Amino acid sequence: MAKVMGKPVALNGDRAVAEAMRQMNPDVVAAYPITPQTEIVMRFSEFVANGEVDTEFIPVESEHAAMSACVGACAAGGRAQTATSGAGLAFMWEVLWVASGTRLPIVMHMVNRSFSAPLNILCDHSDSMGARDAGWVQLYDETVQEAYDNAIQSVRIAEHPDVMLPTLHALDGFILGHNLERLELLPDEAVKQFIGTYKPMYSLLDLDRPVTYGPMDYHDYFFEHKRQQVAAMERALEVVPLIGEEYGRLTGRYYGLMEGYRLEDAELATVVLGSTVGTTRVVVDELRDQGVKAGLLKIRCFRPFPAAMVAEALGDKKAIAVLDRSLSFGGQGNPLFFEVCTALFSHGFSPKVVNYVYGLGGRDTVPAQIRQVYHELIKIDREGVTGPTLRYLGVRE
Amino acid sequence: MELKGWREIPIGGLIIDAGNSVNYETGSWRSLRPVIDMERCSHCMICWIYCPDSSILVENEKVIGIDLAHCKGCGICERECPRKAVSMVEETLVEEGV
Ligand code: SF4
Ligand code: SF4
Repeated sequence: MAKVMGKPVALNGDRAVAEAMRQMNPDVVAAYPITPQTEIVMRFSEFVANGEVDTEFIPVESEHAAMSACVGACAAGGRAQTATSGAGLAFMWEVLWVASGTRLPIVMHMVNRSFSAPLNILCDHSDSMGARDAGWVQLYDETVQEAYDNAIQSVRIAEHPDVMLPTLHALDGFILGHNLERLELLPDEAVKQFIGTYKPMYSLLDLDRPVTYGPMDYHDYFFEHKRQQVAAMERALEVVPLIGEEYGRLTGRYYGLMEGYRLEDAELATVVLGSTVGTTRVVVDELRDQGVKAGLLKIRCFRPFPAAMVAEALGDKKAIAVLDRSLSFGGQGNPLFFEVCTALFSHGFSPKVVNYVYGLGGRDTVPAQIRQVYHELIKIDREGVTGPTLRYLGVRE
Repeated sequence: MELKGWREIPIGGLIIDAGNSVNYETGSWRSLRPVIDMERCSHCMICWIYCPDSSILVENEKVIGIDLAHCKGCGICERECPRKAVSMVEETLVEEGV
């Protein structure tokens, strides 16, 4: 596909995702409103009401029903999508596993929101990180442009015959969801062509090839089906960058599993995902101007985790800080930190690594805090002492 | 039945061959075995209608026995038989030939 001209517009993340959904025109969208995702389905339901899409829109009574309806629609051979946040994802919980275990390529637009209590509707990653073991491919968006781009690529990743796994992309609630940014939209026709027509391998509605979905699966085969899901995740490591490359040829915006920013010759590195990557880029530039060899590793694809690439990119660094926007209470660290440490250790590297928890419940993460992280890395490197592994950024003592 | 490896089976637990439940031998679940007293049986076919595992074997409109590979020993045939022709016998006793 040759590169096409995008149309520059200003949209917030929710509206950008709704635009992508309009252009993708899924067969079924089942969703329940929840802040900060509401604007996606609100906008999309307008497209439905105006006849701008052919989608069967199911305004369900709960998120459990939303994901269940997506499971049914997808098993019937349709393209199904939903959107949710925080508590809504929690309410889908058991069905997330049904979707992945049944190998249904459902796409979810996930607008990150903290988990209550205390009651909070603002951004952190407790929701999607909480679902990290649910068997879904997980992409994280840095910008509104990426929210739009990842929404479209998610369909191709999920439906790829080597993958066949539900896929979610996560955008930071309010920070991306509700803030206006400039982005480029593809022409409707280009999106339609890029995602193509979904040809289900097995469909409940295919009367010539009858199939049973969701039968009992005991001790004799359950384990084998889980092993297949592991293999599908491994293959997704190949598929995600392939689709990102194809999307790049179309848009000029190329996507991989991760992205190093001024990382190659860096001595001090942070590992970040989501919108805070943008903030960190600014600080890296600033420190580079001051002669500090700072770099950044952005993780775009958290599930599957590109362990070998991460180890190779970070193995030679003197000190590394991994930033987590969620907590694993009582653990030895938090989700992204676990992955990075295991990747390094299992590939024979043991640089000094610390873990920072930041931005919980929508706490602003500003350049000064990221600067503090790099300054602590400088100190760790200079003194040769790691100090406390678990650290908290921007919390009042 | 030989168990297959993860590369050889359909994904997602899907069953793609219609009618393959016959390959699943539910007879291994049985602890009580139905035994039909052919003297009492009137071949009314009530047990054949009620059996949830289609395990009542019939030939020329006559009950001829039980498909022990699939009969799970639920005892529904014993309960429903109007002639009290079915009795449930402990499998262990059957095996010992008592
Ligand atoms: S229900 Fe009893 S009498 Fe009727 S066919 Fe079965 S065993 Fe015979
Ligand atoms: S015991 Fe149950 S499964 Fe076996 S033949 Fe009787 S009704 Fe069928």
